[in-house]
Formats: sequence, C-alpha cells, structure tokens
Amino acid sequence: MSKVGLWAILAVVAMVLVGGVIGFVWLPRVVYSDQGFFAAWCSAFGVPRSWAAFGERPVARISSDVVLTHELLGHPQPADVGHGATLAMRCAMCHGPTAIRYANSPNLAGQYAVVIYKQLRDYQSGMRASAIMTQMAGSLSDTEMRQLAAYYASLPRPTGSELAGAAPAVVKWGAPMRNIAPCGSCHGDIEHTMASPWLKGEPRAYLRTELTAFASEERHNDIDAQMRAIAQRMTPGEIEQAAAYYGGEH
Amino acid sequence: MYNVRRLVLAHFGFAFASFALALLLGEWQMIVRSPLHAWLDNPEHYYRSVTAHGTIMAYVFPTLISMGFGYAISVISLQRDLIGLRAAWIAFWMVVAGTVLAALTVASGHASVLYTFYPPLIGNALYYIGVVLVVVGSWVWVALLSINLAAWRKANPGRKVPFPMFVNVAGSYLWAWTAVGAALEILFQILPVALGFKTTVDAGLARVLFSWTLHAIVYFWLIPTYIAYYTILPRAIGSRLYSDTMGRLAFALFLVFAMPIGIHHLYDDPMVGSGVKMMHAVFTAMVAVPTLLTIFTISSSVELAARQRGGRGLFRWVKALPWENPVMLALALSFIMLGFGGAGGLINMSYQLDSTVHNTQWITGHFHLIFGGAIVIMYFVIAYDLWPQLTGRALGPLSLVRAQLWLWFVGMMILTLPWHLAGLYGMPRRMAYYDYAHPAVAPDAWTVIASVIGGALLVISGLLFIYILVSSLRRERITPEPYRFSEALHESPVVPQALNGFAVWVGLMLALTLVNYGFPIWELRKIPTTAVPAVYVGGRQ
Repeated sequence: MSKVGLWAILAVVAMVLVGGVIGFVWLPRVVYSDQGFFAAWCSAFGVPRSWAAFGERPVARISSDVVLTHELLGHPQPADVGHGATLAMRCAMCHGPTAIRYANSPNLAGQYAVVIYKQLRDYQSGMRASAIMTQMAGSLSDTEMRQLAAYYASLPRPTGSELAGAAPAVVKWGAPMRNIAPCGSCHGDIEHTMASPWLKGEPRAYLRTELTAFASEERHNDIDAQMRAIAQRMTPGEIEQAAAYYGGEH
Repeated sequence: MYNVRRLVLAHFGFAFASFALALLLGEWQMIVRSPLHAWLDNPEHYYRSVTAHGTIMAYVFPTLISMGFGYAISVISLQRDLIGLRAAWIAFWMVVAGTVLAALTVASGHASVLYTFYPPLIGNALYYIGVVLVVVGSWVWVALLSINLAAWRKANPGRKVPFPMFVNVAGSYLWAWTAVGAALEILFQILPVALGFKTTVDAGLARVLFSWTLHAIVYFWLIPTYIAYYTILPRAIGSRLYSDTMGRLAFALFLVFAMPIGIHHLYDDPMVGSGVKMMHAVFTAMVAVPTLLTIFTISSSVELAARQRGGRGLFRWVKALPWENPVMLALALSFIMLGFGGAGGLINMSYQLDSTVHNTQWITGHFHLIFGGAIVIMYFVIAYDLWPQLTGRALGPLSLVRAQLWLWFVGMMILTLPWHLAGLYGMPRRMAYYDYAHPAVAPDAWTVIASVIGGALLVISGLLFIYILVSSLRRERITPEPYRFSEALHESPVVPQALNGFAVWVGLMLALTLVNYGFPIWELRKIPTTAVPAVYVGGRQ
C-alpha cells in the first residue's frame, strides 16, 4: 500500500477515535452526569429506556378502545351484507328505510364501514353516550356490528345535488394560525382519513349538535382528541357554516 | 465523440426537457403559496406538484446529466469507443420509463408523498417502482464506467488513469453506494406496504435509511459540477489545472466522507442517539475539506490564466480574466452561490444552530441555492461546452449565453436569499398556504413575493437556455475540433498509487458506513415496537 493510502486510513481512524471519545464518553458524562456512566453511554448510542421516572405509569383517559387498522374488517361477503340488512330493520325507525335524511339522525347509507363499526363499539362500551344508541348497540355481537357496517357501506350515498354554494373557508382551508385543519382534508372533499365519517348530506342539526358536543367534551370518543381539539377552536359561526355546508342548507 | 454522440444527446435532451417542466411547476408552487394568489381550494394539488418537482429535479435530471456527461468523459478521456453501448441505451430507456411511470402516478394524485417519501405516508406502488427504475438504470451506468476503465487499464498496464475518468468513476462509485440506503428503504420498508403485504412501517428506521442517501445524493449532484470546474474551466480560459493530484484527492475524500454523514439531517429525530449524531457532525465537518481543496485548486488555476494575460497585484489580476468567456462567468457565479450556500450549510450541520432552522423555509432556500444555483449553472456550462461536439453546430450568440447565465444567477439570489430569511422568521416548510393576514405571518409576506419574482427570472433563464440549444440546431454546420479536457500544470506520468485506484477510498467509505450507521440500523431493526400504521395517500379504507 502506498504512503498516501496508509496516511488516509490512519487519519480516518484517528477521527473516528476522537469523535467517538467526544460523542460517546465525554459529552454523555457531562450531560447525563447524574445518571451514572452506563445510562449515559446507552443514551449516547440511542438505546431506548424508560423516560418516566415516577414509578406508576400514568393512566390516560381512554377515548375509545377500538384499534383501527386497514385490515380491521377484512373483506365482507354478500351474506354479511344480507345479514346486516336484516339487522338494520330495527335501525330504520330513526335512520330511515334508505338510511338517508330521516328525523335528523345521521345518514348511514354509504358511510365507511370502519366508521359505523367503531361508533357501534363505542356505544356498546360506553365511550360514546346516547340514551337510545347505548341500548340499541348493547345487545349486538361483534359479528353483528361488522355485518351492519358492511350493509350500510354497501348502500348508495346521498347524492351531492343537495349541496348548494361554495364550501366555506373552514371546510376548504381550515384556519392555519388556529391549528384548525380543513374539514375536507379528512372528511372526504379533499382527502379522507381512517375513521373519519363521510359528511356530505348529513343533517345540519346533527352536525351542529356533535360539533358542539365535541367542543364541550360531552362527546369524547375521538381518537387522541382530534375532533375535540378542532371543535374547541372553531367559532360558533364556523360550526354553523360547516354544518350548513355539509347539511346542504344555506 | 466516438460511438456515444446520440446516447449523450438523448440523455441531455430528456434531462433538460424534464428540467424545464419541473421548473415551471416550481414557479407555480411559489406563486400559489405567496400572498399574490388566493389559497388553493385543494392543497393536495400543491403536494402533487411538489412531489413531481422534487422527483424530477432530485432524481431524474441530475442522474441523466451525470450519466450523459459520464459516458462522454469515458470515451473522450480514454480515447476509445464505449463498451456496452446497447446496455447504456437499455439503461437510458429504463430511466425514461421509470420517470414516465412515476410522473403519471404522481399526476393522477396517487403518490403525493414528496420525493423524500416520508413514511408512514404511503403512495401508489407504481411511483416507487418508477423511482427504482431510474436508480437501477443509473447503476447500469456505474457498471459500464467500471467496465470501460478496466478494459482501458488492461490495454494500458501501469499507466496513470486520465484525471477526468478517475474522478468520473469516483463519482459513480459514490452514487452506487449512496443509492443503497433509499433502495433498502423502498424495497424492505415501503414497497411491501404499498403492495399490500404489510400495513405497518418502521418510520424511524426508514428515515435513518433515507438519510444514508439524502446527504450524499447532494454530492452526486455536485460531482458533474466539480468535474466541470477541474476539466472544462482551465482549458476553456486558456489555463492549466493547478494540481492533478490535489484534484484526485478531493474526489477521493468525497468518496470517503460524503456518505456516512447523513444523520445530520436527523438531528431532531429522537430515535438516534446523541453520540451517533456527534459522529455524523464530525464527519460532516470533514466533507468541507474537499470543497475547500477544490476552491483553492480552481482559484489557483484561474489566477494562472490571469497572470498569463498580464494580470498583476494581489487581487488586481481578477480584472485580467476573460470575463467575456461564458465558462469563466459561470464559474464565478457558481462560486458566489457556493459560498453563500456553503455558509448556510455550516449552520445546518451545527447541532445547536440547526435547531433554529430545522424544518423551516431556510432549508428549502439552502438546497435551492446550492443545487439549483451553484450546481445547475455548471450543468448549463457542460451542455454548452459539449453542444458543438454533439450536434456539429456552432453554439448560439455568446452574448445570449452570458445573459442566460446572469439571469440564472440573479434569479437564484432573489429567489433564495429572502427564502432563507423567511425561514429565520420561522416560516415552516411543506405548507400549501399561509395566513398572511395574521399579524404573526404578515412580516414574511414580502419575502415570498420576492421569491416569486426570483423564480420568474429563473423560468425565463431556463427557457432561454432551451432556446439557445434548440436554435443553434439551425445554425451553420461546423466540424468541431477534437474535444479535450484541461491539462495539469505539471503533467506527471505517475501519481501516488492510492490516487490511481479506488481500493483505499471505497474501503474507507464502507468502513465508515459500518461505524456510523451500523449500530443505529441494527438497533432500530431489533426493536419490535417501532412500527407504526401506514397512512395511505387517498386514505384507503
């Protein structure tokens, strides 16, 4: 090997040693001087450790015990949809025979299966409270909830024709400086995200009630408080505009 | 141009056509998020455009320039036809097919994940497959350069490898190893999810793997520019290269230091230990060395020309330089942008300073200044310089060429300096719109408007560049003199053995990768709890 090569290797080895001593010995000992050498050393390497030093792990207020994944509902068969249709007869009283626009209860036709399934589970577990729905969902088995979800997801959505006028700012753009994401970026106009319901055509009164309930934390089954955080920052005017837009009344 | 004339022309043609398209997208993005435009009704369109702009500018354009220029260097400096011409054409069409596939997927809104992928965001698999095709095509180029060098060595045993070919191959090896990180990320982290075999991504590991590629890719972009500094400029201004050995050393050091430093992009990421970040900071500082060597060598080569032309004094010789020569002009403008960009880079690589600019518009301003400015202006020079060889036509009026270069420089400064300032004010990057009416954001508004104006100058300059190349096709046919690269001031038949081959440098590059990346990758792979659910673009349910 030529001299240049040898010097290059020696120089790089020296740099590794100097950098290593600074990064893995000296700085950790200074920065984490109170935790002993071994802990400091692990920290420099990035070995994970328990952050909390206060014994008992704090218990968060759980908003829902449904873990949503893209495989949650698998691939429903036609028979599931059929069973779901039979089960749905008891729902028609409030949600309507076509599951659209009936008695200011939410539309279910064409709603994402994951959304219906999660809400039924939350009613059953008490994470979402409703004098009527808690009773209705209480007796359903997990399979029945999946079948109901599959049935409603298979129905045609309310058509967009009842939407009048342009989307208000809060739907299109949100409010960046108040950390309000656009409604449309999760609920279907622009993008939709897991567990967010399709909102177009939902009754205005229902949307207003739910947004207000999120804002007051009366409703709290939204994962990581996402909707509560948004609804609390919305003005009453924005709540009204969003409800009116999706409800199709201006 | 031996047997590669059409090949190089095809590479440059597709490269600059896609560049022009991406340039227009860039200016559109600048306009729509400025105060001059109402907020986009659908911000997804913005991210779609950013993804297309980034994918073309970061992967397609520089890769094609490197490949085309690399083939030209191979045949000109080795003075023999390219071995493997058919493979080179296949590789070219792979890059084209990959680009079209990725571009269509992005344009249809199925892959607005930005060119840095950002898992757990997952787009349509066809986008990643398109990018992989581009990279695999470039790996064929790496292999062909190696094969051609090996054949030349066999025919010329014991001879010094010509300088242009040495640095060309060094750059290709850097790219081959650099691209491995992103390739591992796509093949083992992203594609299994995009194709539906998995639903979780280890986002931390994916980011570490991407950082493997993310910094050294900048040096891959830079290599053709540096090759142009060393091999085109001294000849073009009637000078000689100050030191052949110093040049080789600079490229060898890029090979060693450019890649195992990428974690300085992850200073704010919690999954990497502080000691690992320290190691990457140390070697990031080292990568300034080959750049400083280059600035010294090139400045000396330029001074030689000036003194030959009667330049005197400590600094007065600068006036004696052939400023009417577009190559000289481009070099000076490139150095100025490299100076500003390099100073910004020193801030980014400093752990504490970086925390104030991390994820702000400063970063976007920085890499536009370095890549779009210092690097791309020399891509123009490469194309101008080779154009008569490739087309057999004289290049259009030099006054127009100079105007184009000036316009690019002025546009880039007006684009990027206010952009840096917006970042210092705290404006975050990757946002489709800003509430300029808000008192906290209102002071930033003028900086974005200034950048729109700078961007418009760049569009004019870019289109002027295309016009100059295309219009010269209608000019008189000439027989260009045989193309030659710069000669060294002291042309010696031998160089130190280590600087005539790559064993030491590639060995050090691999060893440093192991030292600097081995533990974080091994550890993140080992921890089972770091996988997070994928977030699909378009929200598949």
